[in-house]
Amino acid sequence: MNLYQQGLLDTPLGFALALAIGLAFGFWLERAGFGSSRKLAGIFYLRDFAVLQVMFSALVTAAIGLWVLDAGGWIDASSVYRMETRLAAQITGGLLFGAGFVTGGWCPGTALVGAASGKLDALVFLGGAMGGSLVYAALWPVVAPLQELGACGIVALPEWLHLSTGVTVALVLVLALGAFAGAHKLSIRNAHPQS
Amino acid sequence: MTNSPSRDDAPTTPAGAPAPRPAQPYWNPYVAGVGLGLTLLLAFVVLGTGLGASGSLARVAAEGAHALAPRAVESNGYLGAWFADGSALANYLVFLSIGTLLGGFASALFARRVRATVERGPRIAPRARLVFALAGGLLAGFAARMAGGCTSGQALSGGALLLAGSWAFLVAVFAGGFLVAPLVRKEWTS
Repeated sequence: MNLYQQGLLDTPLGFALALAIGLAFGFWLERAGFGSSRKLAGIFYLRDFAVLQVMFSALVTAAIGLWVLDAGGWIDASSVYRMETRLAAQITGGLLFGAGFVTGGWCPGTALVGAASGKLDALVFLGGAMGGSLVYAALWPVVAPLQELGACGIVALPEWLHLSTGVTVALVLVLALGAFAGAHKLSIRNAHPQS
Repeated sequence: MTNSPSRDDAPTTPAGAPAPRPAQPYWNPYVAGVGLGLTLLLAFVVLGTGLGASGSLARVAAEGAHALAPRAVESNGYLGAWFADGSALANYLVFLSIGTLLGGFASALFARRVRATVERGPRIAPRARLVFALAGGLLAGFAARMAGGCTSGQALSGGALLLAGSWAFLVAVFAGGFLVAPLVRKEWTS
């Protein structure tokens, strides 16, 4: 039974465990080099592929782990909190977020790690992100209708593709390995631009 | 001497003083990725929810706004619910982010990477870089509320849960980044 299922997330126990998991989260982000905005922005100029490599290896690791734990009967994966699919809001939000990512050089999680490493641009980015959240709240009557456009409840890819979870996880793994191979090729080419 | 954080960029020292030991190299991205993935898996199993970062920033901002204008914030259609039990900060996401800050600081400290600096490419002044950082933060903070999460909560956590909307967000983030990258090239490249 996880804390979300038991309604214990926002209790002292939930706070303590979230803090502990946050410690590991910050540690891995920093070890990956994500306390550096130049390194993060490098993905958008095909100069540094760590964002793609770290993101997809983490995603695939967690997806496989969850599938194995569920298939083995150790946990019930359907007990994990799932966000609803709201296509218009998530696609528009994603495009704006990507623009903010390359302009600011950070995303919220990496900016926390950057600020902790002494990066003043990360601190300013965090201030901006807080301001941007309040702007969104202030504009809520205007932006709220977008949430209903293309809203389809909780939908997972296996349902959409009419595949089993195991096959979908395998497809994501193949996609990630393809992306890693592409990144490897491009990084060799970009390291020797004259050849 | 630039503000670049590269590991061979040791600060100069007065003659005779022992040079500070250089920062350690970053870890292999696949090793860091698997470590991050196991952390996410632990969050799924123990907390029953994924990781996140933008929600806590929004809550801290809301708490600050609430101190200045309590009625306006409590009656706001988006923020009001966060104050139903008193404080917007009494939420696990806030503690997750405190952990992220401390974990990042500890890792940077052990690797000798803590240094006050404005990170930027060689063609942009620090002040201009900070203006771009502010603008990017405003955009990303706004967009994360619209999408219901950021790279951690939506793209990574929702992506691992194979959620359709999270994958749409993930693809859109890369599309938005690549589309705007040529416009802000001056910030990053030589």
